Amino acid sequence: MKCAGWKCSFSLVPVLGAILLAVFPLSAQQTPATSATPSTTATSAATPEIPKAVNEKLAQLDKDVKAAQSSADNAWMLVSAALVLMMTGPGLALFYGGLVRRKNTLAIMMQSFALMALITVMWALVGYSLCFGGDGQFIGSFEHAFLRGVGADPNPDYAGTIPQMTFMVYQLMFAIITPALITGATAERMKFSGTVLFLTLWFLVVYAPLAHMVWGKGGLLSASLGGKFPTLDFAGGTVVHISSGVSALVCALYLGKRSGYPKQPMPPHSLVLSFIGACLLWVGWFGFNAGSALAASSLAASAFVATHFAAAAAALGWSAAEWLKNGRASALGAISGAVAGLVAITPAAGFVAPMPALAIGLIAGVVCYWMVTKVKAIFGYDDALDAFGVHGAGGTIGALLTGVFAQQVINPIFGAGKAVGGLDGHWGQVGNQLVGVLIAWVFALVGTLVLLKIVDLLTGVRVPEEHEIEGLDITQHGEEAYNLES
Amino acid sequence: MMKLEAIIQPSRFESVKDALREIGIEGMTVTEVRGHGRQKGHTEVYRGREYTVDLLPKIKLELVLPDALVNRVVDTILKTAKTGKIGDGKIFLSRVEEAIRIRNEERGENAL
Repeated sequence: MKCAGWKCSFSLVPVLGAILLAVFPLSAQQTPATSATPSTTATSAATPEIPKAVNEKLAQLDKDVKAAQSSADNAWMLVSAALVLMMTGPGLALFYGGLVRRKNTLAIMMQSFALMALITVMWALVGYSLCFGGDGQFIGSFEHAFLRGVGADPNPDYAGTIPQMTFMVYQLMFAIITPALITGATAERMKFSGTVLFLTLWFLVVYAPLAHMVWGKGGLLSASLGGKFPTLDFAGGTVVHISSGVSALVCALYLGKRSGYPKQPMPPHSLVLSFIGACLLWVGWFGFNAGSALAASSLAASAFVATHFAAAAAALGWSAAEWLKNGRASALGAISGAVAGLVAITPAAGFVAPMPALAIGLIAGVVCYWMVTKVKAIFGYDDALDAFGVHGAGGTIGALLTGVFAQQVINPIFGAGKAVGGLDGHWGQVGNQLVGVLIAWVFALVGTLVLLKIVDLLTGVRVPEEHEIEGLDITQHGEEAYNLES
Repeated sequence: MMKLEAIIQPSRFESVKDALREIGIEGMTVTEVRGHGRQKGHTEVYRGREYTVDLLPKIKLELVLPDALVNRVVDTILKTAKTGKIGDGKIFLSRVEEAIRIRNEERGENAL
C-alpha cells in the first residue's frame, strides 16, 4: 500500500511546535496573525494555565505547519505525476519505438500516445472511481464517477496532506503506462483498432479491479487498509508489472508469431531511440516509486535511493551475464537490465534498505536476461519486445523479494514495531506476497484471454499478413516514420 | 577506352581517391554499396538473438579511362586499397565502345 509511516510523525508536529514555543520566544516571522509580544517567554512551570494568546498562537502555528507540509507534499506529487507521464511519452514510446523495425516505428509510438489520451478520458469518467472509490474487496464504486467530490480537500484514506485532485491525477499516470507496456508483446502485428479497443477494456476489466484490490480501501490484497491477504506493493509490482507482463504473454500467445519469426532477422531499427527512452524511463521512475510515498517525506527519499540502486545493480547484472555468455556487453543489454531492475524494485521501493535494493536489482538483471534469451527461445512465443520477460518476470521477482527484504525500520506499515518482511523475522509475508502474485497472475491471464476473444470477434486483433509485411505505419496510420527523401 | 569498376573497403576510400587525384584522374563515380565475396559477415546479438550480417558495406568506384592510363590507375588502386585481409575487394575492367559528352557532343577519348 502506498501510504505509510509519515502519518505517525505527522501527529508529532503540534507537540514539537509546543516544545519549540516553550523554548524560544515567538518571533514575528512565524505568524503575524496574533499579537503576542516578542518578550513573551515561557517563564516557569509555576503557571498551570496557558494564556489564551499562547493557545491561539499554538493553533495558528499548527495550521501553518500543516499548510507548509501540504504545500511541500503537493509540489513533489505534482512533479511526480509529470515524471510518470514522461515514462509513457516519450520514455516508453522511444524505448519500444527503437526496438521495432523501422516500418512499425510510428505505430508503436502511437499506441502509447493513444493511451495517454484514452485512459485519461476513461479515468475522468469512471476509472478513478473504480480504482479508488468505495471500500469493496474486488473493485471500487461509482462514488467518484465523473470525478464527483474530487477537489482541493485531501482524501484521508489515501493521502492526507495533498488535494485529492493531485492524488487522482498522479494515479492516472500509472493507469496510462500499464496498458502501454503490453504493446511490447503485440508489437508489429496487432491492428490499431483492436489494440485501442482491447486496451480500453483491459483497463476497466483488469487494471481497475487489481488496483483496487491492492491499493484501494478494503481491497482483498490491501496491506494497510483492511485487506485479507496484506500484499506489499509500494508502487505497482503486482498492479502494474505483473498485470501488464502476464497479459503481454497471453497476447503474444494468442496473436501468434510475427510473419517470418524467428527465421527472418528482426533487429531493432534504432537503439539510439531505445537508449534515450530507457534513460527517460529511469528518471521518470523516481516519480513512479518515490512519488508513491505520496508525500515529500523521508520515505520518498528512501524509495528514491532504493530505485536508483536497483536500476544500477540490474544494469550490471544483465551486462555481466551477457559478457560471460557472448564475450561482449551490449548497450541494449545494459538498458534492458536497468529497466528490469526498475521493474523489480517497484513493489519494494518503499520497504527496503539500500543494500537489499542492490540485491533485488542484481537478481532481477540476471533472471530477466535468462528469461528473454533462454526461456523465450525454449517456449518459442513471440513476445516481440519482451514485455513479459522484463515486466512479468521482473515484477514477480520483485513482489516475492519484497516479502523477504521489507523492514519495519524503513516503513512500519503494519504498525510501529511490528515485523514487516522476512528480514524482520516475519517470513509469513513471503506467503502473503505469493498469494498476491498468484491472484494477479490468474486475474490478468483470464481477463486478457476473455477480452482478446471478444475483441477478436468485434474488430479482429491481427493485421493481414501483407499489411504486416508492408508495415503498420503505412497500413494502420497512412504515414511513415522516416521520409528521408523529402 | 576501358571502364574500371573497383569495389573497395570503405576505410581505404579516401586514400584511393587522393592517390588517383595525384596521378591526374579528374572524374569518377562513387556509390555506397553492400555485398560480399569470400569475406564472411559478422554476427550481431540482440537480447540473445543472433543475426548474421553477411552483406557488408563497400565503396564502388567507376571510372572510364583512356587506354594509356589504365595500367597506372590499376596499380595505384592496388597499392592504396590493399590492407592484405579478406574483403579488400576487386577490380573489374571492361572495354567501352563509345563515350559522348552531353554538353557538346564530343565523342571518344576526348569526351572523358
